[in-house]
Amino acid sequence: MTTLRTPALRILTVAAVVGLAGTTLTACGGSSSAASKGSITLYSGQHEQTTQSLVTAFEQQTGIKVNVRYNDEDTFADEIVTEAKHPRADVFYTENSPALDYLQNKGLLAPLDQSTLAVTPSKYNSTAGDWEGISARVSVLIYNPSLISESQLPTSVLQLADPQYKGKLAFAAGETDFQPIVTSVAHTYGQAKALSWLEGIKANAGSRVYPDNETIADEVNRGAAAFGVVNQYYWYRMQAELGSGAMHSKIAYFAPQDPGYVLDISGAGVLKSSKNQAAAQKFVAFLVSRQGQEIIAHSISYEYPLDDGVQTTAPETPFSQLQPNPITIPELGDGSNAISLLGQAGLL
Amino acid sequence: MTSLTGAGRVVSADPADPVGGSQDRPSGRSWRRRGSRPPTVLLAVSALVTLVLLMPLVFLLVEAQGAGLSKVLSLIDRPLTGQLLWNTVRLTVVVTALCAVIGTGAAWLVERTDLPGRRFWAVLLVVPLAIPDFVISFGWASLSTDVSGFQGAVLVMTLSVYPLVYLPVAASLRNADPALEEVAMNLGLGRLRTFWRVTLRQARVAVLGGCLLVALGLLAEYGAFEILGYQTFTTEIFTEFSVSFNIPTASALSLVLIVLGLLVLAGESALRGRSRGSRVDRGAQRSTGRHHLGWWTLPALAALALLAALALGVPVGSAVYWWVTGTQHPFTGDSLADATWHTALYSGSAAALATVMALPVGVLAVRHDGRLRRLLERGNYLVLAMPGLVIALSLTYFSETYAGGVWYQTAPMLVVTYAIMFFPLALVGVRASVAQAPPGLEEVAHSLGLGRLAVLWRVTRPLVAPGLAAAFCLVFLSAVTELTATLILVPTGVQTLATQFWNYQQNLAYGQAAPFALLMIAITAVPSYVLGRFFDRLPGRAAGPQ
Repeated sequence: MTTLRTPALRILTVAAVVGLAGTTLTACGGSSSAASKGSITLYSGQHEQTTQSLVTAFEQQTGIKVNVRYNDEDTFADEIVTEAKHPRADVFYTENSPALDYLQNKGLLAPLDQSTLAVTPSKYNSTAGDWEGISARVSVLIYNPSLISESQLPTSVLQLADPQYKGKLAFAAGETDFQPIVTSVAHTYGQAKALSWLEGIKANAGSRVYPDNETIADEVNRGAAAFGVVNQYYWYRMQAELGSGAMHSKIAYFAPQDPGYVLDISGAGVLKSSKNQAAAQKFVAFLVSRQGQEIIAHSISYEYPLDDGVQTTAPETPFSQLQPNPITIPELGDGSNAISLLGQAGLL
Repeated sequence: MTSLTGAGRVVSADPADPVGGSQDRPSGRSWRRRGSRPPTVLLAVSALVTLVLLMPLVFLLVEAQGAGLSKVLSLIDRPLTGQLLWNTVRLTVVVTALCAVIGTGAAWLVERTDLPGRRFWAVLLVVPLAIPDFVISFGWASLSTDVSGFQGAVLVMTLSVYPLVYLPVAASLRNADPALEEVAMNLGLGRLRTFWRVTLRQARVAVLGGCLLVALGLLAEYGAFEILGYQTFTTEIFTEFSVSFNIPTASALSLVLIVLGLLVLAGESALRGRSRGSRVDRGAQRSTGRHHLGWWTLPALAALALLAALALGVPVGSAVYWWVTGTQHPFTGDSLADATWHTALYSGSAAALATVMALPVGVLAVRHDGRLRRLLERGNYLVLAMPGLVIALSLTYFSETYAGGVWYQTAPMLVVTYAIMFFPLALVGVRASVAQAPPGLEEVAHSLGLGRLAVLWRVTRPLVAPGLAAAFCLVFLSAVTELTATLILVPTGVQTLATQFWNYQQNLAYGQAAPFALLMIAITAVPSYVLGRFFDRLPGRAAGPQ
């Protein structure tokens, strides 16, 4: 009877015990470095590098430590609801307003300081005052000139359902960025027309369902799709990544005030259950302060700061020259109507 | 399958009864002590493990109650549902069949033939399991836009999960009894028929176990399908969870996945029948004779090379390409080292924990066969049909509701979560190896005066070691690339390779994401290599043509 020289079982058991002990130790020793000024936990669905720059500046300015978690904002929303009894998040920072609206409707957000809310034009904030707009993004057409000329592009969002674009159109129905457009179309033209419009663009997209805007930007740029609907910053981020030489796509806008030309808001709110209310309020105030807005303007996330005294460094259409549809933030809501329409059309 | 030559002949293909019809063992399976009472401790520990594993199911039932039947029915009664079910079912069937063929074929070539560079192949063939969905899908998508929809999903999934069949089958073939094949050949069966009727039957438990993992895993797969634009039931559940923030509805829909999972389990049970694939002749490892490939060597090598090129070459190539072309920022080496350390720590601990947890359940299932105990064991597999998001949210829920949230977002909880998620992978490895260690041997050792622990150490351990190593490896490789649950449960401020990769990829910073993808692939080469080495150190491994 030969035996092994490798005592496999013993090694496994020891490894399991040591590993668990090790992870326990790192867990206990890792996070308790609370500075004298306190610390907060930030759940961020926003661009990581921009958030990191904001956090670093805030820590230097106030001495308050910020622990950041990154995930999709919609997963965070589920998480915050599930962990409602023992909340970890003090501040929730998102790329779109529906996730914040959803938590606000559940009564999980605390009212923000009036002085903070006053910094941003009120049309970009929650009407209830539970979350605040931080930056803006706008929907655009990204197109590949070798496949479709600028003159052939649709000028109205309704034309996206036109059969002439069959097999040319790329859009991501599951993206939170697409919902505001659906909401806006339904708001302008009514439910029935919005539904037949969705069925039309579904037919145009064919069997290719795009998972996200990154994929649309990439495929249009590579010539795999002729044109698509995305937010403006995807194109600029792609340019920063690939360099101007590798850009084979361009940006175009819908006609001024068209329902497809939607301004969408990235915002932040303080959790009602936060035990660090003062520090959390401070952080949101910092996001809309001149310093915070400057960081956003000069970062590589290419969003529009909402402080009109701050200009982006990117070669984007200036914020003041954008002519989006006049739909308001409350009208955009929590996106549930858009989701139900997308479901009826068989897109979700 | 019927036995090789029918009842009453000298040879039977039932591995439990290699000599057929021996007088003192009328059933040929009496050593399995059907219905014998297992030790209480074993039963208690197994029941406890199963309870822990079924926690997510309890969560789903609790949450689904909040949805209301009419709401759930209206969701199920939509134009999309039929399409989703059809998509899910056809993909599961086709990919599972392809994985069975590829995994078994590759395992046989590596373990049973004189193929050149066997150790090299043994490592290379398991690595695809450790490549993140996104890297594979993106790699293919950048080669050709035709890789999408059903064909694309079949291609990408087959290439990334066939190791789930390969590993247990390889472990099983390595340990199988060569005498059977020899006897069959001596009785005049051709090589092909010997393979079909003897070799394959010896490995049947492992093949079916691997297929079970593939099929259940496909039910819960999300990331790759999202990228490929292929809609299944799970992508729909994610939409409910995250786009509509509707936990009750999403939970109700997840229960449909559980039903599909039960169907898969029932199918596997039916196919497996009562075969256990155990050897009873002796415990000592004897050299398994290797088949001489002869002029088949070149085609065999070409086939494996093609598999490696498709499964590894494309994703690695695309990751290297991003690395070279990305221009946004230089990456920092320290975050890379930190993420690597945490990934290895969490995944390694989880793999060890899952393997240790799987031992009592595996022993119970194989040695103390009985309807109830089988049910106990089978229940554990269901966890594989649950998406990572469901498991993470359910653990959050239990931690919040019953433990005051103490362990939430701590490293031990993440490790336990991985161990739960990938427990079935460990169980398949453990099962296959316990099946190779008949208790008769232990009884003999016992009667020769060895104590219980000494028997365990000197008799059982060498027999089960390869399966345990395979179990560890499977869990480790799968945990490295896990993303959904990791994002929810990883300690605040800690990055693993997968979460950091995701961060960059989300922001189109492919150049920065690439090194993290490559490292994920690299650290899996280590356990794969150790596994190969480990097998080679087994006694009686002197390979030679028959």
